[in-house]
Amino acid sequence: MSLCFSADKLKEVQQIIARYPEGRQKSALLPVLHLAQQEFGGWLSTEVMDYVAGLLQLQPIEVYEVATFYSMYNLKPVGKHLLEVCQTGPCMLNGSEGIVAYIYERLGIRPGETTTDGLFTLKTVECLGACGYAPMLQHGKYYREHLTREKIDELIASCSAQPVSASH
Amino acid sequence: MGRKLLLEKAHVAGITTYEVYRREGGYRSVEKALKSMSPDQVTEEVKKSGLRGRGGAGFPTGMKWGFLAKPEGVPRYLVVNADESEPGTFKDRYLMEFIPHLLLEGMITSSYALGSNRSYIYIRGEYVWVAEILEKAIDEARANGWLGKNILGSGFDCDIYVHRGAGAYICGEETALLESLEGKRGNPRIKPPFPAVKGLWGCPTVVNNVETVAAVVPIINDGGEEYAKIGIGKSTGTKLISACGNINKPGVYEIDMTISVEEFIYSDEYCGGIPAGKKLKACIPGGSSVPILPANLLLKTAKGETRMMTYESLADGGFASGSMMGSGGFIVLDDSQCVVRHTYSLARFYRHESCGQCSPCREGTGWMEKILWNIETGKGKLSDIDLLWDIQRKIEGNTICPLGDAAAWPVAAAIRHFRDEFEWHVLHPDEAQQRNYGLMHYADPIHVPQPVMA
Ligand SMILES: Cc1cc2nc3c(=O)[nH]c(=O)nc-3n(C[C@H](O)[C@H](O)[C@H](O)COP(=O)(O)O)c2cc1C
Ligand code: SF4
Ligand code: FES
Repeated sequence: MSLCFSADKLKEVQQIIARYPEGRQKSALLPVLHLAQQEFGGWLSTEVMDYVAGLLQLQPIEVYEVATFYSMYNLKPVGKHLLEVCQTGPCMLNGSEGIVAYIYERLGIRPGETTTDGLFTLKTVECLGACGYAPMLQHGKYYREHLTREKIDELIASCSAQPVSASH
Repeated sequence: MGRKLLLEKAHVAGITTYEVYRREGGYRSVEKALKSMSPDQVTEEVKKSGLRGRGGAGFPTGMKWGFLAKPEGVPRYLVVNADESEPGTFKDRYLMEFIPHLLLEGMITSSYALGSNRSYIYIRGEYVWVAEILEKAIDEARANGWLGKNILGSGFDCDIYVHRGAGAYICGEETALLESLEGKRGNPRIKPPFPAVKGLWGCPTVVNNVETVAAVVPIINDGGEEYAKIGIGKSTGTKLISACGNINKPGVYEIDMTISVEEFIYSDEYCGGIPAGKKLKACIPGGSSVPILPANLLLKTAKGETRMMTYESLADGGFASGSMMGSGGFIVLDDSQCVVRHTYSLARFYRHESCGQCSPCREGTGWMEKILWNIETGKGKLSDIDLLWDIQRKIEGNTICPLGDAAAWPVAAAIRHFRDEFEWHVLHPDEAQQRNYGLMHYADPIHVPQPVMA
């Protein structure tokens, strides 16, 4: 099976490339990898990275180098809902450890693990720039702030209720 | 109430839209600059304002702009640093989320001064929705003639693009940021050459923080001299402070730099004091990289003077007894917090974020994390504290970029001021697993040596 962006997404790739001067399409790599991760199941397989390399006329190694450097690119499959709990100092002062523990209590997963039904992956991450609204986590595109046990319950319930479409 | 120059209008209903922003007087600085000033005159006003970079280093902005090389026929670039990843810092997000057009207005005026026809906002990858807010604002600005070709008939062309990072604190360092914007790993470059000479794609580039660029708007509207009248000494204008940790009212505050640290923490206008009847134990006043201070040295300098929220006063006493304004990320710890654990969490952060190019940083951050973890979990030795001190000394000043220093300073300051808390962990490992060290003497009045009368 060979991968391909939809016509719409290919147009978006062209728009991204146009943000940079002639001949600088390598600059489009980070945004195009974001797009690829979003379109192809929430993670970057070698096949996806090779496809992006072809699109931007780069050597595959140039793409691997970048994909492995940045923490937002997932190099392994992740659950449909990725919960990324901030664990840095300011969040710790406001109880981030309790949030990680509560998610374990509810879902039975520790940081780095995915539930057996493939619905949730838990990750701990470093400061997301929401320190005043701690504790917090990122869920797909959105920040969930001032977390409490109740808010985690609600989040889990709403994710579990959702049918197929991905939240990335 | 202090004066607000950036956030005054941030909560006017609908201010994220072009219509409301314009109705409230937005884009006047662009009109003024493009219609009645030369690029050099704009730079001159910024010099007069005394504005210092708000990204952390506090370098005078006008002077930085003055260094920009202007070789014939080579493009120049303005890149706005919206990477905002220093723990404790969330002010740029606030500004972009609530009043995005202010950043764009500042960028157009600054781009005119610098001769940048293509300017970029490098925003941290996780701020997905903020990037969308900016994109929308850019479309509106373009549709209303503030971006594109021949803006206001001035002959000046400018466009703005948003570039999302992908999760890497190091990309806030300006040369790593440029590498990342070129589609590479965020490995900082060796300086010189400085970005002002060889920056983005090898062209002269100015990298400025979001807040710095936004401050250009009131500077051009009211004049650099007016701006310089606010504040004390070389701390001119207003500063955004993002306050977090154990306070009643965490959030982003615009202060004019004339208030004391004590007022900032306890007054209802700002942080509103410490919750749940607890007491102030320690504070990191300028983002995770700057030295932590115990309560007593935070509120008063070693000379016994009231410490103020200014660049100079926060740094008073140097690293022996002072700290820094840094990025304005104000982190407060109450008396139930453990300084060892907090320092460990920051050490882990820096180890995670080291790009790995220089061995002192790559290896040293890993060692510091491990040793701190051992001390925190009751497996430390007294000699570990000296070892930590030694490691941080070996990192500081021996690396390509300042992340090494940024990792060393918090550890150094924690040992300098809280050594007995570290020793207590080592000497009472079991007790340290049960309870925290508490406030102890950290808020006691400091003994100020009095001059001896002859
Ligand atoms: C490790 C590291 C991280 C940094 N992160 C940021 C950041 O997130 N935002 C920022 O504006 N400056 C950051 N800086 C400072 C930039 O290198 C640069 O000095 C700044 O963007 C210049 O803008 P200013 O003069 O307007 O402050 C960082 C520096 C280092 C060493
Ligand atoms: S000091 Fe650390 S982050 Fe900076 S270049 Fe060296 S290894 Fe990379
Ligand atoms: S420490 Fe968690 S968002 Fe900053």
